Amino acid sequence: MAAGGLTLGAVLGWASVRYRVQEDPLVEKIDAILPQTQCGQCGFAGCKPYAEAIAKGEADINRCPPGGEDGIRRLADLLGVEAKSLGEGLEHKPKSVAVIDEDLCIGCTLCIQACPVDAIVGAAKQMHTIVADRCTGCELCLPPCPVECIHMEVIHEDITTWKWRYPVYSIRPVRE
Amino acid sequence: MTGAPFSLGPRNSTPRVMLKVLAALVPGIVAHYWFFGPGIVVSLLLTSLAAVGFEAFVLLMRNQPVRLHLTDGSALVTAWLLALSLPTLAPWWLYVAGSFFAIVVAKHLYGGLGQNVFNPAMVGYAALIVSFPLYMTQWPAPLELAVHAPGWADAFDLVFAGQGALSPDAYTSATPLDSLKTQILAGRTVEAVLGQPIYGLLGGVGGEWVALAFLAGGAALLAMRLTTWHIPLAFLAAVALSAGALHLIDPARHAGPLFHLMTGGVMLGAFFIATDPVTASTTPLGKLVYAGGAGLLTVVIRTWGGFPDGVAFAVLLMNMCVPFIDDYTQPRVFGKTARLRRRAP
Amino acid sequence: MRRLHSFNGGAHPAEHKAESTARPIAAAPLVPLYVVPLRQHIGTPALPLVRAGDRVLRGQAIGQAEGYVSASVHAPTSGRVVAVEMRPVAHPSGLADLCVVIEADGEDRAIDLQPLDWRGMEPSHLRNLIRDLGLVGLGGAVFPSFIKLNPGEAGRVETLILNGAECEPWITSDDLLMRERAREILKGAEIMQAMLHAGEVVIGIEDNKPEAIAAMQAAVREMGLGYEVAVVPTRYPSGGAKQLTYLLTGRETPSRGHAVEVGVQVFNVGTAYGLHHALAEGRPLISRVVTVTGHVASPQNFEVRLGTPIEDLIRAAGGELEGATGEIIGGPMMGFDLQDRAAPVTKAVNCVIVKDAQRFPPPPAPRACIRCGECARACPARLQPFELYWYARARDFGKTQLFSLFDCIECGCCSHVCPSHISLVDFFRYAKSEIWAREREKEAADAARRRHEFHVWRLEREKQEKAERLARKAVAQVKEAEAAPVDAEAARKKAILQAAIERAKQAREGVTPRNVDHLTPEQQHQVEEADARRARLHAGAEDQKETENQP
Ligand code: SF4
Ligand code: SF4
Ligand code: SF4
Repeated sequence: MAAGGLTLGAVLGWASVRYRVQEDPLVEKIDAILPQTQCGQCGFAGCKPYAEAIAKGEADINRCPPGGEDGIRRLADLLGVEAKSLGEGLEHKPKSVAVIDEDLCIGCTLCIQACPVDAIVGAAKQMHTIVADRCTGCELCLPPCPVECIHMEVIHEDITTWKWRYPVYSIRPVRE
Repeated sequence: MTGAPFSLGPRNSTPRVMLKVLAALVPGIVAHYWFFGPGIVVSLLLTSLAAVGFEAFVLLMRNQPVRLHLTDGSALVTAWLLALSLPTLAPWWLYVAGSFFAIVVAKHLYGGLGQNVFNPAMVGYAALIVSFPLYMTQWPAPLELAVHAPGWADAFDLVFAGQGALSPDAYTSATPLDSLKTQILAGRTVEAVLGQPIYGLLGGVGGEWVALAFLAGGAALLAMRLTTWHIPLAFLAAVALSAGALHLIDPARHAGPLFHLMTGGVMLGAFFIATDPVTASTTPLGKLVYAGGAGLLTVVIRTWGGFPDGVAFAVLLMNMCVPFIDDYTQPRVFGKTARLRRRAP
Repeated sequence: MRRLHSFNGGAHPAEHKAESTARPIAAAPLVPLYVVPLRQHIGTPALPLVRAGDRVLRGQAIGQAEGYVSASVHAPTSGRVVAVEMRPVAHPSGLADLCVVIEADGEDRAIDLQPLDWRGMEPSHLRNLIRDLGLVGLGGAVFPSFIKLNPGEAGRVETLILNGAECEPWITSDDLLMRERAREILKGAEIMQAMLHAGEVVIGIEDNKPEAIAAMQAAVREMGLGYEVAVVPTRYPSGGAKQLTYLLTGRETPSRGHAVEVGVQVFNVGTAYGLHHALAEGRPLISRVVTVTGHVASPQNFEVRLGTPIEDLIRAAGGELEGATGEIIGGPMMGFDLQDRAAPVTKAVNCVIVKDAQRFPPPPAPRACIRCGECARACPARLQPFELYWYARARDFGKTQLFSLFDCIECGCCSHVCPSHISLVDFFRYAKSEIWAREREKEAADAARRRHEFHVWRLEREKQEKAERLARKAVAQVKEAEAAPVDAEAARKKAILQAAIERAKQAREGVTPRNVDHLTPEQQHQVEEADARRARLHAGAEDQKETENQP
């Protein structure tokens, strides 16, 4: 019995070493679930580093606020662990885009440097604009702006993005 | 939010479906009463009460809307099927225990109506035959052959006090299936055994008429479009074919197809038990495979198994295979070229 | 006689057609205000061509087709554009969409309409014209017609089907159109046949419309056309394009494909009618026939200008009766609840049903699914709705797709027959929109990943280039220093360089909240200016608020 356990343990140990090289596809898979907001709220320099940390077991799966509960659930499914609620101090916000108040912008280019996905266009000393459908809503451009002319606007659903709601019923039939 | 369609179809509803099933069982019950005495009425009432009680209790415990679910009538159908599979005149707690296994264990522990994997009535039956085999073999003798025909008073006394005017043995006898099996084991030939009075014309005095009444009820089910022809036909055909094949091979040891069709739970099983939509296969081809398998297993268990009748175990075994069968028998979707398997390869 | 092929399942909902067939089609009265959505078709919304204040004439284009799958939009009457803004539209969500709001001047003056000589035209030119005339399928799917009028790679279509089945209960607009305007429908069909080089033309009509069948047959005879009027049994949803195609030809439209792939093209009779008018008179699509029925004083079909608010249309039918409980847009099997009666009639609206509590009672409470299979027996797409329901309810969308969720045509037959009164289709609509949303999110995330990777790579490259530059400079300096002994000038340059590097470093680190510490005087000045502007803006906003508060 004990010998069997030992052998099994040895095999498992060997397997875990033997197959460690296959971690890369795992990082890819994790990264595919992460929302690519690149906001750094997870404490890493972007989604990929966070994915690498998860794959190495160095980070928990509940650190990504933009991914929300759904993202955590999918990570849990992928990794075969329990889903949990979002980590302490983190909060899921409705998806937003950054908007530059073009009257106030001084064209300092600091926001351009901060944007992780190059969603801001504009040259030095010229007014800048954010390309809304490139913006991931990471908010990284807000702090660098010296004149605080960038703010976030929540994206409201329109006819093309509207979703049919999950059907629910009142238990008793409605009485008029 | 609820959207289209805004019109509901034919005035059908789940309670109505269940009521019709109950109605289709009535001929069989009447026949049972006629040939075996009032015991069936007592056991039906008792099982119904117990099943509905358990159902209400579990719904309460599970914090479900009790009225809505209780009125769907599914507990009653389970109760009646269970009662019709159990021997009458057994002690009351046997029926209560059977209902408990059927309703609480087989149905609600799996998530309630629509989510159970195994036929609840058959789980109740199987639990009892494994736990209390003695009681499960004491079947009331047909009235015309009984040493003592039980009246209403006897029925109540036997069920609730365990003792009628006489001891239970006076009212019961082995079933045709049972005695055939023991006598064949004792070395007699089928022909000789079937000549005995208890075997009646087709399979057993009284029992054959009950089976015919279930057949009539089943025909009504089909006429009301409450079930499709696939399951009953495949089930009966499989029983007849496999029994027939055995009979051809060794007529001395194996009774013919007619005997198998007319005894035990085959008719009830074919039309009312195997057809339970929740636990049966749902695709047209799947139904044939599922019911065919159940029919075959019934004969196999009857012939080589340790239990007198095989319907319950056959159905339960096939219940287990249903997800697998369904997987491989999905109908071809309109506009697609191949039958789709439901799980990705 | 054509051999008909029967599709699986279907349903026989109560027809309720007689209510609205007693009266002929009437022209709906002109109304003072039209709200014309720029998205009245599947695909990209039209681009507005007018601004508030512009004067428009009836038939004038106010929205230009944008991209391939699109169609133009036209002014329904003459008047003045008062706004191009978001207005509630007839959509299950009740959300607003971009509309051109036109105040009618009552004169109803039209642009100069010219009949088009379509026979001599180059096919692609003709198709573009049809797109600019705003023609889309009027059966409810509103797919731009010019795309479907392309015979495709085969160069021809074997069978052209005119869909006059109209299988949805209550709706009678196609029925009345066929009874009253059969010739114009057939003239439209002639154009379609010519454009598609179609071998045969079949008009499919359900057998519950004897008058329409007779009218169409008579018109075919009079016009000497070899078209066949095929009578199909009344069984919902025989008017579904896939179902009608199968009924008449025995060919299954491939899953996720188009009828044209099996040599068939299907058009609604209303579309043929619209096409005829568009080309024979040069008149763009600015009206359609709409059934107004249900709990109204006089149910009737109307030829309605697109953009007419639905409340005005209901008024035209004598108004709703006492005890009305809402409106359905479309039929009871596939329509949806109207959220706002100010929403306008669009190309997609073929019927308005005013509900009452008796004929449209609230849905009974659903019970558990007993897997009875009724739904599967009713499903014309041969799906297993209860399995789909099981997984959609559990939000297991991958499984729903394995069970061919996207082959569901949302006909509603399954919900209709379910004894447990489960609103199955709601679950399917939910699952579909959830899957679409995920696909959108996935695409956005992939794009963001690519851009981020590029961003990282770009920074890396810039850093490298800078380092190389510096290295080159340093080498040059060393050489210089070797060449000439240290002089004051070199030292000064080096100091300047050092300072520049220092500044660059600081600028990089300066990406901290409100970094106003290391600004050049010029930037400092700009910051102050911006602050001043902000202050002014804020003050302005305050002012405005105050004035708003004063009534
Ligand atoms: S928290 Fe931000 S950076 Fe981190 S994984 Fe989520 S989206 Fe990416
Ligand atoms: S009809 Fe309703 S109860 Fe029957 S299987 Fe379909 S969903 Fe379930
Ligand atoms: S709504 Fe979809 S699943 Fe239901 S019957 Fe129609 S096609 Fe089938």
